[in-house]
Amino acid sequence: MTEQQKRRGWLAGFSTITILLIGVVFGIIFWGGFNWSMELTNTEKFCISCHEMKENVYEEYRNTVHYSNRTGVRATCPDCHVPKEWVHKVVRKVKASRELYHKFLGTIDTPEKFEAKRLELAQNVWREMKANDSRECRNCHDFASMDYTKQQKRAMDHHVKGFDDGQTCIDCHKGIAHSLPDMSTVDPSSVVGK
Amino acid sequence: MKALSLSLLYLLQVLISPVMAEGLPSSLRGASALDTPSAPPIVKRWQDDQAPIMRSYVQQPPLIPHTVEDYQVNLKSNKCLTCHSWANYRQSGATKISQTHFADRNENALDNVAARRYFCSQCHVPQTNAQPLVENTFNPVPSLR
Repeated sequence: MTEQQKRRGWLAGFSTITILLIGVVFGIIFWGGFNWSMELTNTEKFCISCHEMKENVYEEYRNTVHYSNRTGVRATCPDCHVPKEWVHKVVRKVKASRELYHKFLGTIDTPEKFEAKRLELAQNVWREMKANDSRECRNCHDFASMDYTKQQKRAMDHHVKGFDDGQTCIDCHKGIAHSLPDMSTVDPSSVVGK
Repeated sequence: MKALSLSLLYLLQVLISPVMAEGLPSSLRGASALDTPSAPPIVKRWQDDQAPIMRSYVQQPPLIPHTVEDYQVNLKSNKCLTCHSWANYRQSGATKISQTHFADRNENALDNVAARRYFCSQCHVPQTNAQPLVENTFNPVPSLR
């Protein structure tokens, strides 16, 4: 029995090379298409196509150093809120289905509702960043490349101490890109007595 | 005839206006004419972090010896107090707020910073490289020198 005769079914008429080529073409179309459409959701334009994001967190962020600064280097929404590595990115995207669900429910569709949920939403992000050692911050702010001697005295002292104590970026740098929630339950000493 | 005298008047005005401008006090936008842009103001720079600044008189609210750009101070949070509160000053190594901040205006003692002392920059101000607008011969009292 020859090699050709062993083949069965609809593939029987194709040579090995042809099958491989078809596989490559389909691979490019489907895999590339999957990644391309996922990257479409990783743009600021996509994020602020929802008014919940545009009218609350995006407006606040426009006043901060990550939007406007002396060098013109900008961090957009996905730079901080979507992981760069593929596996982490897909995990985050699957988790985001919960956000879609609440978008349809209208959980935060007015500024008042958003404000009422702000502490919970902020704490979700803080918890995640604490757990992954502020991974998204470190895509740009890498400890190994940080020259403390070029920082101001306060920053230098606290960075050296913080790293020695095993702290991570979000432990201190909360509310650097968005308005802070009511902090009276997080740090009562930093909010006026009620 | 009227048109001629008006245009002569206008010509006279154009000719003498630069002379008149010299005698006028300069406004905030400077002595430049209305149709030309005035010189842009010099951008003030916040001073770098420094050691606590000596007070000039005993009752002076201490000056802020570091930049406070983008610090959020509102009813929901106070960035200053995350270092300067009594709960946080040891860890941050900052100066703690004075005990005077824990009393209302009737001298009732409070267990947290009083509302009238809450907005730090009403009394405490950061410093820029701005030069004094007028000469100042003020000197601290001998007890502070």
